Amino acid sequence: MDTFYYLVQNMLPVSIPLLLVALGGMFTERSGVINIGLEGTMLTGAFAGALFAFAVQGSGLSPNMILLLGMIVAAIAGAIFAQLLSFAAVTMKANQVIVGTAMNMMMPALILLVSKMFFNSDGITTNVRYFIRKVPVLGDIPVIGDLFFKNTYLTVMIGFLILIISTIVLYKTKFGLRLRACGEHPHAADSVGINVSKMRYIGVTISGILGGIGGYFYSVGITDGNINGHNGVAGFGFLALAVMIFGQWQPIKIMFAALFFAFLRTLAYSIPLIPFLANLNIPTDYYKMMPYVATIIVLALTSKNSRAPKAEGIPFDKAQR
Amino acid sequence: MQDKNGMNSKTKEKKKISDIKGFSSFTSALMAIVVGLLFGFIVMLLANPNNAVAGFRYVLLGGLGRFGDVLYFATPILMTGLSVAFAFKMGLFNIGASGQYTMGMFFTLYVAFMFNLPPSIHWIVAILAGMIGGMLWGFIPGIFKSLLNVNEVITSIMTNYIGMYLVDMLIRSNEAMYIPSMTRTKYIPQQVQIRSLGIAGSNVNFGVIFAILIAILLYVVLQKTTFGYELKATGYNKHAAEYAGMNGKRNIILTMVIAGALSGLGGAFAILAPSEIIGSSMTYEPINVIAANGFNGIAVALLGNSHPIGTIFSALFISYIQRGGTLASLVGYKPEIIDLVIAVIIYFSAFAAIMSSGIRRIFSNRREKESLITEPQIGESSENVDSGGNDEIEKNTNKEAE
Repeated sequence: MDTFYYLVQNMLPVSIPLLLVALGGMFTERSGVINIGLEGTMLTGAFAGALFAFAVQGSGLSPNMILLLGMIVAAIAGAIFAQLLSFAAVTMKANQVIVGTAMNMMMPALILLVSKMFFNSDGITTNVRYFIRKVPVLGDIPVIGDLFFKNTYLTVMIGFLILIISTIVLYKTKFGLRLRACGEHPHAADSVGINVSKMRYIGVTISGILGGIGGYFYSVGITDGNINGHNGVAGFGFLALAVMIFGQWQPIKIMFAALFFAFLRTLAYSIPLIPFLANLNIPTDYYKMMPYVATIIVLALTSKNSRAPKAEGIPFDKAQR
Repeated sequence: MQDKNGMNSKTKEKKKISDIKGFSSFTSALMAIVVGLLFGFIVMLLANPNNAVAGFRYVLLGGLGRFGDVLYFATPILMTGLSVAFAFKMGLFNIGASGQYTMGMFFTLYVAFMFNLPPSIHWIVAILAGMIGGMLWGFIPGIFKSLLNVNEVITSIMTNYIGMYLVDMLIRSNEAMYIPSMTRTKYIPQQVQIRSLGIAGSNVNFGVIFAILIAILLYVVLQKTTFGYELKATGYNKHAAEYAGMNGKRNIILTMVIAGALSGLGGAFAILAPSEIIGSSMTYEPINVIAANGFNGIAVALLGNSHPIGTIFSALFISYIQRGGTLASLVGYKPEIIDLVIAVIIYFSAFAAIMSSGIRRIFSNRREKESLITEPQIGESSENVDSGGNDEIEKNTNKEAE
């Protein structure tokens, strides 16, 4: 049972960045824009958040306060960075995949450049302790307290809150309906007076916000608040895209997909703790490959009845029929 | 554009576009380069205003004195660039060049260390092994795309990671080729290395000549063979090509396998390069980092407008500014500035074509007015078309495919 608690406690902080970034990807794709640049957006958020934490870590703010403020900083940075995509994809009608690739290449270079020139290292190292050993009151609940409110991070609770908000926004508001219309049939949306370009700008901006927060939460929950230009976010931006596709562009399914991928990754890093798997003596590198192999398999299985937004990746041209 | 003109002027219009087409792809590449370099200069100014001019001069002119090195470092990115460009022609985005490159490198290393062959053919077998490694890794996204319609972008990103972890693991566990204390592979035996071209002060070798020959071969395949024609037709319009009886599924797999082979060869050329220092050679470090040369290949392909010959020049250009970037560290800047510049160049080349087509429209409008005044010039302009005959063929394919 302890192993099970351990796995869940470690899995949740890993699943949150995947969940948030996949939700961000969902919002852009639902508006009709493909965002391959999520990896770069995550790095932007992680870098901005870590810089902020680095700047305020001596000022006596509590770690969770730093986390909340850092989250806002990361969201703003991500939103600004995402405008590179919205400008190119919506205004200039450029190839969205190439723009996204450029965004992914930009950030590691920028982080390495800034860190090497001003910090004399490959990244930013902070010493804020975000880790929460036990949440008061809630941590005392049997089973649930052990699973969700012990040895955790504040990011987990914020992540699930954002999931609920996203679901409501997408399905229960006028905005959500309009956004989905722009991704399915922009010309129909346009004919009833919806500003497609504006909706797509908003969709990309939301993905920037969530991508930025997701990146910061990656650095909080997985790399102890540090960020490094070489390893970046280890392909989580791309995995999030797979999570989004696996989740069929629907928030709740995306959550389960994120948990599945997080579980695979946690398993890869905790093999020695599980006697059954440790006895098999398979090199850990195989387990590290597993999330990526699983992605391909999952995509192959879901591709037949994919429910991707119909107009995704196609620039909106008013004159076209 | 065609819609605006009446049927009468259609033939005339066609010539005019083809007349300007090569020019416009050149100007759009140039525009992206200028913006990218300008951005680099601004970053340099922000980082350290005092040395910015000196640093930028190194970036622009630093490569001049190191022509051998420019050729040497251009070799792998020319191969990955060709790989990406070739897939582009078919309408596929091969972002997996890194994984194919790494895989090719591993196969080459394996043959170099584990096989006992006569010196005269050992290096050839090693190069071919690299090609096979790349083919294998290009085959995976190809087969998933063609049979199950899985987006090749995501699968090839995943194969990048899988390939990197797999190769790192295989190398670390192989005692014949790995030195754990130095976290790198052993030096490659002299007999397997590709012969040096003998330019003093650099490692440039016959690899660059092979790479250029391969580029020319690709050009011939694309322009003169049925296969190349089918590839391009499928790239322009998948449904039309299928309707015309071309086997789209087979072509997708073939394209990805060839693209993989090109990247794999890039890995082989990179690792088999000789070193100036006697007894040493290139090595591979299994440190879980995805090969940057694969991503630089995307920049090379975009700048070269996916044209095999254009790719040669863009690879030389990227390599040239990379050399300049390493020299800029003499005045306190880091070589990463060039990675940033390359990313900005890719970003702008994604819509530079659109920007330059706007400019082209202004141009052609003006020409139209001029030609109204001096009508008899048509004979002259048709001569220009002959000289750019290849563009004309390409344009025709485009028309037919549509």
